[in-house]
Amino acid sequence: MITRLSLTFVLALLAAFGQTPSTAVKKSVPAKAASTKKGAPLRTPWGDPDLQGVWNDATSTPLQRPNGTKDVLTDEEAVDFQDKLANDLSRDRRDGGPEADVNRAYNEHWMDSRRLKITADHRSSLIVDPPDGRIPPLVPLSTEREKARAARAAAGARFNRGLPDTYRDASLAVRCIIRTDSPPYLPTIYNNDFQIFQSPGFVVIAPEMIHSARIIPVDGTPHLGQDFKQWLGDSRGHWDGDTLVVETTNFRTDDGVIFQNANPATYKIVERFTRVDATSLNYEFTVEDPTTWTKPWTARIPWTKIDPGEQMYEYACHEDNYDIVHFLGGARAREQRGEVK
Amino acid sequence: MSLDTARKSARATAFWLIAALVPLPAFSQQTRPAAQFPTYRPPRLADGHPDLNGVWQAFVTADWDLQNHEAQSGPHPEINGVYGAGPAGQTIIEGDGVIPYQPWALEKKKQNLANRTKVDVSSDETWHALGDPEFKCYMAGVPRANYMPFPFRIVQGSSPYILLTYEYGSAQRIVRMNTKQEAPTPAWMGWSRGRWEGDTLVVDVTGQREETWLDRAGDFHSGDLHVVERYTLASPYHMQYEATIEDPKVYTRPWKISFPLYRRMEKNIQLLEFKCEPFTEELLYGRFSKK
Repeated sequence: MITRLSLTFVLALLAAFGQTPSTAVKKSVPAKAASTKKGAPLRTPWGDPDLQGVWNDATSTPLQRPNGTKDVLTDEEAVDFQDKLANDLSRDRRDGGPEADVNRAYNEHWMDSRRLKITADHRSSLIVDPPDGRIPPLVPLSTEREKARAARAAAGARFNRGLPDTYRDASLAVRCIIRTDSPPYLPTIYNNDFQIFQSPGFVVIAPEMIHSARIIPVDGTPHLGQDFKQWLGDSRGHWDGDTLVVETTNFRTDDGVIFQNANPATYKIVERFTRVDATSLNYEFTVEDPTTWTKPWTARIPWTKIDPGEQMYEYACHEDNYDIVHFLGGARAREQRGEVK
Repeated sequence: MSLDTARKSARATAFWLIAALVPLPAFSQQTRPAAQFPTYRPPRLADGHPDLNGVWQAFVTADWDLQNHEAQSGPHPEINGVYGAGPAGQTIIEGDGVIPYQPWALEKKKQNLANRTKVDVSSDETWHALGDPEFKCYMAGVPRANYMPFPFRIVQGSSPYILLTYEYGSAQRIVRMNTKQEAPTPAWMGWSRGRWEGDTLVVDVTGQREETWLDRAGDFHSGDLHVVERYTLASPYHMQYEATIEDPKVYTRPWKISFPLYRRMEKNIQLLEFKCEPFTEELLYGRFSKK
């Protein structure tokens, strides 16, 4: 269990997502969800596919394929790829001087060990569509959105220099408002656990970090009115055979609520959860936003059922958020000392 | 009505009058649903246990004060007017209606009340010592989360876990059924172990962080808090909730609260978000902003 927050992992995550898309087109990996293995599918007593349990989505496979890498690796290539990723992700290195050391404060001690292994199918990216494994290029943005992005980038830069003006310069994750509780679910350094609960008409996904349970009606009730926005949006699900399909809308318009600051007015996310066997589940999501990306994109992440001896812990973030006080207090102290203007 | 029947009836009435007037010691009182409603046979899930699924909410004012309380001005009436004011309400504590504090603890409760809207996160010493945790959007703990003026959802399926997810602060707690495992570490929402006693869900809660309070009146506990909750469906529309509260470091004896939880009946009822962190940031961190 880890209950302290990491700034660095969030930044690392953002940095990873911010890479420029590659133009290389490669052979496609089928984006279709793996079908359930032969045999009677696992069902709840009321007849729905049974997704209940504690699941973990950690992997070192990057969301986007590193430039120049094949889409699916041979066993030998996979070993090298995994070693390199583990080396990059492990911050317990001494090759960058004191400043780099500080930024590597979250070393392997903090890391979910599954975070150092690539997916079993040896794919080199979680993105399966487009075929190049990269987030599609951005469309030209409106001046207003360009301005908003520049303002956000400036706030992020102040924060990264250790000189935030206010708590508002910190990300929503650092402010303990949302973390991995909002879709799409992407692997991160730690607390990659999700417990799925089901009751007749409902699927509820309780993430460890932060604790906001996502309640997904699967009983055909309509979405909230479009004027009603939430941090985690508003989710509705239905069963497509053995697959839970979840559509989430009504996201708040605050900076950082939606992945890559897409446009809440045109953003759509559809997630598909398919139980593969007793210990694995396939998680796939497709996002589209014609006013942000040139085309929709899809990623697939395997979820593994964890040993019942492991369990969900409470991730209390805001209650002991010492970091934000230290970041802000540190900035004011540096200003007072005349270290910065 | 024959004389005999009338006598019997009068005796019965007298019995109930006396039962109602004479304060019984805590723990000997019968649960109320039996007295108020005919025996209720609740709908069941496949495992034969009562189906507690739904959105539930208390309609008591215990979050302001567990004990009897008059209507009260808010902490800053010059700013908040009646928006900050608190409603009057009757105690939900069984027996004499009062929390049996040890003398030192009663003093601390009074200090808590005096400091309930004071906040100072500049040092470890004051971070949790000052201010009602609710004022700072900290998770409420048990049983307070169950009588805050916000709904919560019970998710009960076919696994050995029951989820209680709360609107306030998007807090959650997992009730682990029939486990002997002890709390691995203190948590704001504690460590909940469940079992069925007939048609009653009994939840044993330990491992709570000592910083949570029981209400806005400064009522508190230590890290040794032990709460035993009982959830009993009493009609299609409500259940009876009881909690026995034990903490030998703070109270002179165990004490008990009880109140109904009502099912939210709106057709479109949905647990919404009350992620309250953003509502506290200026209060907590504003003083560290660039001037």
